[in-house]
Amino acid sequence: MIVFDRVSKIYPDSSVALEEVSLTIEPNEFVSIVGPSGAGKTTLLKLFLAEDHPTEGNIFFEEVDVHTLGKKEINDFRRKVGMVFQDFRLLPDKTVYENIAFTMEAAGRTDEEIETDVPHVLELVDLLPKVWNFPKELSGGEKQRVAIARALVNDPDVIIADEPTGNLDPANTYDVVQILKKIHDMGRTVILTTHNKGIIDSLNKRVIAMERGKIVRDDKIGKYEN
Amino acid sequence: MKIENSKLKIKRVIRTGFFNFWRNGTVSLASVLVMTVTLLVVGFISFFNAVLDTSLAELQSKIDINVTFVTTAQEADILSIKHSLETLPEVLLVTYVSREEALEAFKERHANDQSILAALEELGENPLGSTLNIKARDPSQYASVAEFLESNDTLSSDGITIIDRVNYFQNKTAIDRLTKIISSADKLGLALTVFLIIVSMLIAFNTIRLTIYIARDEISVMRLVGASTSYIQGPFVVLGIIYGLAAAIITLLTLFGVTYWLAGVTGGFLSTFNIFSYYLRNFLEIALIIIGSGVLVGAFSSILAIRKYLKI
Repeated sequence: MIVFDRVSKIYPDSSVALEEVSLTIEPNEFVSIVGPSGAGKTTLLKLFLAEDHPTEGNIFFEEVDVHTLGKKEINDFRRKVGMVFQDFRLLPDKTVYENIAFTMEAAGRTDEEIETDVPHVLELVDLLPKVWNFPKELSGGEKQRVAIARALVNDPDVIIADEPTGNLDPANTYDVVQILKKIHDMGRTVILTTHNKGIIDSLNKRVIAMERGKIVRDDKIGKYEN
Repeated sequence: MKIENSKLKIKRVIRTGFFNFWRNGTVSLASVLVMTVTLLVVGFISFFNAVLDTSLAELQSKIDINVTFVTTAQEADILSIKHSLETLPEVLLVTYVSREEALEAFKERHANDQSILAALEELGENPLGSTLNIKARDPSQYASVAEFLESNDTLSSDGITIIDRVNYFQNKTAIDRLTKIISSADKLGLALTVFLIIVSMLIAFNTIRLTIYIARDEISVMRLVGASTSYIQGPFVVLGIIYGLAAAIITLLTLFGVTYWLAGVTGGFLSTFNIFSYYLRNFLEIALIIIGSGVLVGAFSSILAIRKYLKI
């Protein structure tokens, strides 16, 4: 369970990124967060991953305040959360295989586990034939699928996808959303931020709408509204 | 299990370091070359210091004081002065040249000059006094040695001075000047060494910082997938060490060629100092300094440069 308890983030120049945001995400929920640029979606995710500290309020993951964790515990916590970014953020000097293996190595998994799990997760995102390619040899959609595979490989409890389809064409967008649905069906919590009206309307899942650092709407089965 | 784990981790860190070195060929080449320049500076400075030291030591060894005694001086008195000189902490060596030896040396020096030999014959007796040749440990100490010679301790048993003349007072200006030159050359050498080493290390540091700057996105991704600090830092430290090692090997080979060439060129004016044989003689020490500097600069630059990107 993820809980944001009256979380505010005010930057030193007094700009307010989040204002008293409270929300609860249950395990195995699929939540979409929508809103215009600057609404605070990415800040919300950054605070959750302890990339940045809230000015006020607390954020809990499985009843633990993530901002009270020590360095090592933060690493352990981050391994329970898979991240997918709009700009993919693959390591350019590593092959598809190595990009995914790296995450497993960082988590201290054995070579045998890596050898069996990497092909398995690539199969899941339908990218096994590209296992030895470098990111620059892949299309945008393929890169995003590698990123999803990477996020999945350590078997996280939560997958966070921050505008994962922002750089993709409609066909690839559809593929990525299908993969995210599949991940959700496998029993994981999925948090998706997006601008894409089509995605939201087709999902029929919970939608949280944000504007100027506040939650303006929270619908159990939401549609995209302007 | 824990040991197994850290073994696995070290293996992966080293492997990743080598991979990064190989895959970023151009960046690696540039970094190694910059490090090579740094290490060459370190190498040349140590040669420069060696040349300076040898030349100065040679000059210093040529400074001495000659005390000439009156012809009537008793050998026992002279030897007692020699003995008290030898007890002075400033004095390195005292050599006694008796009247007879002085005469022999004089005759030999002028063996071809019949008129001088004839004049000497005419005199009938040995006109030369015995001398003590004094070498101090340090040129600046000749003043106190000369002072000692002026004092009462050098009077003979009957209370008259038996010293005819001390050439220190004739050579004083020259000795003083040389002492000054030697000490300022030493100071300048040290200042230059420190300055050049700092500058070149900063350049090497900046180069490595640049390679890490290129990888900053990579580092942030590593952070977000939960990689530990040592796991992210490790490969960069290995990379820095590889840069340092590669640069050290290139430097040592370059120095081999350069000193060989320089030994031929400088043989004329550095008569007693052969830079090539100095290099070979001190190879182990020089190699240790060069490799050590390379590895330390590489590793520490990496650790310092990456810290900034590990804050997430």
